[in-house]
Amino acid sequence: MSVVQAPDQVTSSELLSVVASRELAARRTVFAGIGLPTLATELARLTVAPRIEVVYESGVCGAHPSHLPETIADSVLITGAEAVLSMPALFGCVLQGGHIDVGFLGAAQIDRWGNLNTSVIGDWERPDVRLPGSGGGVEVMANSREVFVVMRRHNPRSFTAELDFCTTPGPDRALAEGIRPLGVGVTRVITELGILAREGVGEELRLVAVHPGVTVDQVREATGWELKTDETVGTVPPPAAAELRLLREDVDPGRVYLR
Amino acid sequence: MPMREAIASFVHDGATVCIEGFTHLVPTAAGHEIIRQGRRGLTVVRMTADIVVDQMIAAGCVSRLVSSFVGNSSAGSLGELRRRVERADPAPLAFEEYSHYGMVCRYLAGSQRLPFYPLRSYGGSDLPGVNSDLRKVTSPYPGPDGEPEQIYVVPPVNPDVTIIHAQRADRRGNIQMWGLTGVQAEAVYAARKAVVVVEELVDDAVIRSDPNRTLVPAHAVDAVVVCPRGAHPSFAQGYYDRDNAFYRAWSHISKDPVRLREWLAEWVYGTADHAGYTAKMGEESWARLAVGEALSEPVDYGRRL
Repeated sequence: MSVVQAPDQVTSSELLSVVASRELAARRTVFAGIGLPTLATELARLTVAPRIEVVYESGVCGAHPSHLPETIADSVLITGAEAVLSMPALFGCVLQGGHIDVGFLGAAQIDRWGNLNTSVIGDWERPDVRLPGSGGGVEVMANSREVFVVMRRHNPRSFTAELDFCTTPGPDRALAEGIRPLGVGVTRVITELGILAREGVGEELRLVAVHPGVTVDQVREATGWELKTDETVGTVPPPAAAELRLLREDVDPGRVYLR
Repeated sequence: MPMREAIASFVHDGATVCIEGFTHLVPTAAGHEIIRQGRRGLTVVRMTADIVVDQMIAAGCVSRLVSSFVGNSSAGSLGELRRRVERADPAPLAFEEYSHYGMVCRYLAGSQRLPFYPLRSYGGSDLPGVNSDLRKVTSPYPGPDGEPEQIYVVPPVNPDVTIIHAQRADRRGNIQMWGLTGVQAEAVYAARKAVVVVEELVDDAVIRSDPNRTLVPAHAVDAVVVCPRGAHPSFAQGYYDRDNAFYRAWSHISKDPVRLREWLAEWVYGTADHAGYTAKMGEESWARLAVGEALSEPVDYGRRL
């Protein structure tokens, strides 16, 4: 695949979707929300993971939508779907039962171990910002084999040494309490600056690759803890012409999520 | 039963009221009637606290919220809820946070009258520190490695009343729904009383032609209210679509407390009932939300010859 676009012609949502889609190679079941995960999973289906199955938090499995969905509960996801499950079946049997390979999560804050905050910025009792809260993220983290986090903004406030509140703990925190989760927690964090990765329990996130034009020092400065890096930090291959064409022409021609 | 009578009979001041429907089939019309009747001091239990909860909080009906997600779906924030929690403006709101499956397990325990329900969540989370009802127990059985296993449990929830919305019912109160069915059946069984709002009443024979689609049988239902379009701005699969424009608009309306109260005055207090609300929306709005037909293939239940 040849590169025809200069990086500055690729928007951040295009970049994040393409990078996330590549990480889905050989994965089968993905628990994903709407937006960037939709773009990434749809592009993965057309490229590196043709057999991928997306499971939505609303209970929909094997969706065949006639239009691009606006929410995880969009009616177009239900009409023509292969299955629609109740909440006890979805969270109890599918997630806790261990059927999800990759869960996609977002967060307001992440720390070096991949623990997430989606509850409050500031104090619990009188927060500066009340965020939407736990949702199913707690269960996605505890029960998916691995978790990808996509965060558009990479800055020291969101990549923090100390979470204001830990809503969604990774396995390191769970194990410290004597609770054994199914999966290994966050393995990839994809941001506007590059890719952080960890293999599993006991490991910190480390910088493995930067986007073209981004320096390692820039990423260190944007991260609120002393960021470890691979011995040689790679450069993320920029989106290929074929990937961009699929994304723009086949996945989201109306540019609903592509910005 | 008319909506006015159902709310007057089953939703009392200070009651614990469960309102369920995961984005789909949200019982909005019932929430509006609770506002019109001026209920106070309610504990609202709802997995995804959304627009109707924001409206009930703004109208002063709610003193405590039990929820796992407080947001305006994917369209933004709930302005009133955030003002209450962030600044106690104009009054504080007690908020108990669970995860989604934590809420599901509370309904499962409640519906089966169990003392608790275990789940593989919360290990290492700060949530148990701010919610003392999230507790850890030692399993009475050894784990896979033969050692004792620790697991979090949640308590049952047994609301005074659960309100859900569904597509159709028969005269006895057998409730059929399809599409996203969420946790509605469990929430009904967990409750002391259950009110189901439906799009339409159908012949008994229609229900009996497809008994697997009855997710809530009549024995669990105390009142059926027929209220077409009662889930707006959410949707009823096969009847009308989600009003995405309204969800987006709500983030702006609710951001400004004056505008929010003007909205309530015009659309809730200013309408006698949900028929008034839907008429005020106008047929043009409803045409925008109209959906086409996608019939399911009939199944053959067979009969003994």
